[in-house]
Amino acid sequence: MLASLAIVIGSLILIVSVIVLNGASSLSLEMLTQTSEGSFYLGSGGGFLNAIVGSLLLALPATAFAFIISVCIAMYLQKEFIPSRFSSFIRICLDIMWGIPSIVYGVFALTIMIALGLHGGSVLFGIFALTLLEIPIITRSVDESIKVVPHGLKESAYSLGSTRFETSLHVVRRQAMPGIVAGILLGFGRGIGDAASILLTVGDSNYFPTSVLDQTAALPTIILNLAGMPEKTVQNKAYAVAFVLLLIVLSISILTRYFTKKSSKYIIK
Amino acid sequence: MSKSAIQIETRGLNVSFHNSPVLKDINIEIPAKQLTAIIGPSGCGKTTLLKSFNRLLEIQEDVKISGEIIVDGKDIMTSGLNVPDIRKKMGLISQKPYPLPMSIFENVAYGLRIHHGKNPKKVEEGVHHCLQEVGLWNEVKDRLHDPASRLSVGQQQRLCLARAIAVKPEVILCDEPTSALDPIAAQQIERLLLKLKKDFTVILVTHTLRQAKRVADYVIFLYFGMVVEHGLADQVFNDPKSPEMKAYLSGEIS
Ligand SMILES: Nc1ncnc2c1ncn2[C@@H]1O[C@H](COP(=O)(O)OP(=O)(O)OP(=O)(O)O)[C@@H](O)[C@H]1O
Ligand SMILES: [Mg+2]
Repeated sequence: MLASLAIVIGSLILIVSVIVLNGASSLSLEMLTQTSEGSFYLGSGGGFLNAIVGSLLLALPATAFAFIISVCIAMYLQKEFIPSRFSSFIRICLDIMWGIPSIVYGVFALTIMIALGLHGGSVLFGIFALTLLEIPIITRSVDESIKVVPHGLKESAYSLGSTRFETSLHVVRRQAMPGIVAGILLGFGRGIGDAASILLTVGDSNYFPTSVLDQTAALPTIILNLAGMPEKTVQNKAYAVAFVLLLIVLSISILTRYFTKKSSKYIIK
Repeated sequence: MSKSAIQIETRGLNVSFHNSPVLKDINIEIPAKQLTAIIGPSGCGKTTLLKSFNRLLEIQEDVKISGEIIVDGKDIMTSGLNVPDIRKKMGLISQKPYPLPMSIFENVAYGLRIHHGKNPKKVEEGVHHCLQEVGLWNEVKDRLHDPASRLSVGQQQRLCLARAIAVKPEVILCDEPTSALDPIAAQQIERLLLKLKKDFTVILVTHTLRQAKRVADYVIFLYFGMVVEHGLADQVFNDPKSPEMKAYLSGEIS
């Protein structure tokens, strides 16, 4: 038990400190406030604000779409709506989807892109790949939180003459809210940090995207590109980007805690 | 029973879970505006019978129900009926109170809003009235917007009662509503039920014989899924016909 604790905490501390030490020292204000100039990967100046914005423009809409789709699926998976032999089958499918490597979603989105005759990547298909990536994550965690809503609570709602829809919307939703919030942020965290699914679909750019068909830079993909360069100064930029990504993910988990706590206020134990 | 109107009548009601029968050929009549107690040993099907009256069994899987349940002269088992409309006529109070995950105010407002309009002033009056009915108003009037889960269990049970009457049902179904409560809270609920039978038909599942003797006008005795004896409380308690009822009254079976 102690050993597993040591491994978990130890590796967390190690990863975070490597990134913080290397990243914070090579991070500068200009990196955060400027877009990339010339060949950013070859050591030219400028920053990566365009990638921060790009990542948010990919992950936020993807999370929103995935959330809407996921909540519908998760509600529908409950036993009031479909028999449990169907829902367990769908759950297995979702678990398989969860396990699919994200590069596969990337390739899938790319295939569709090519079939439509589009080349070079776009925000739109990045969002598409990320949405697919996030759907199983959000669906399963929303599903789990709905599944544990006490039967007696649902009985109470139905006995008041609520329809299935009213019960789901007013009662089950409130009770499951902490899990729903956690699911959204889990999905978002996965989406903003994933490189493989957007590697092939968003391309690259030094500017802010102005339309959904524009290419864009994103944090995970520029980390990949920067870290692969031979010069030490460029590699250090990768740490700086990773540091920013880490901060974003960290603030997400703080937000999760805050909102989970806030939405737990009314739940029934 | 010819004097009083009949609220609920069952004809050949059978219920089974996963193909094992739980209620067998139930034929009873429940008088309106009276307190009917359903008694019997543990596991005999009291809860199941109660929940069949508002078609609550069917939210579970693998339940088979056959027979007729006649409420206000209509068979509620007829297919194609709007089930929420049937349930709205019957409030349910369960053994463990389950307030809705909302504030105290919203718990009562919920039923008012979904069935009787959203006019804020009317809702507020309704909430006030229902909380007053169950003697909770003075205890909660300063914290109406606190989570309902912060109330004591006894208060939660009364809140559930207030929430149920907000829907304006005809019947109040109670499944051992006092078994999780301390004696004082239990007594409050018991008194409330006696008061409420003026306006509602009250059906009370109880496993305490003494409670049934204290409050019941009419008694249904269930034994292994069958109605062994039913009738006016006086008659069932003082002059039981069946050997099972006699044994139950003498405490030989419980
Ligand atoms: N959802 C269910 N699935 C399977 N069997 C069930 C279910 N609900 C009840 N039963 C069975 O039906 C029988 C009657 O149960 P019920 O809850 O109606 O009894 P009860 O008289 O209310 O008992 P108690 O006094 O313990 O509350 C029991 O044998 C129980 O095991
Ligand atoms: Mg019971």
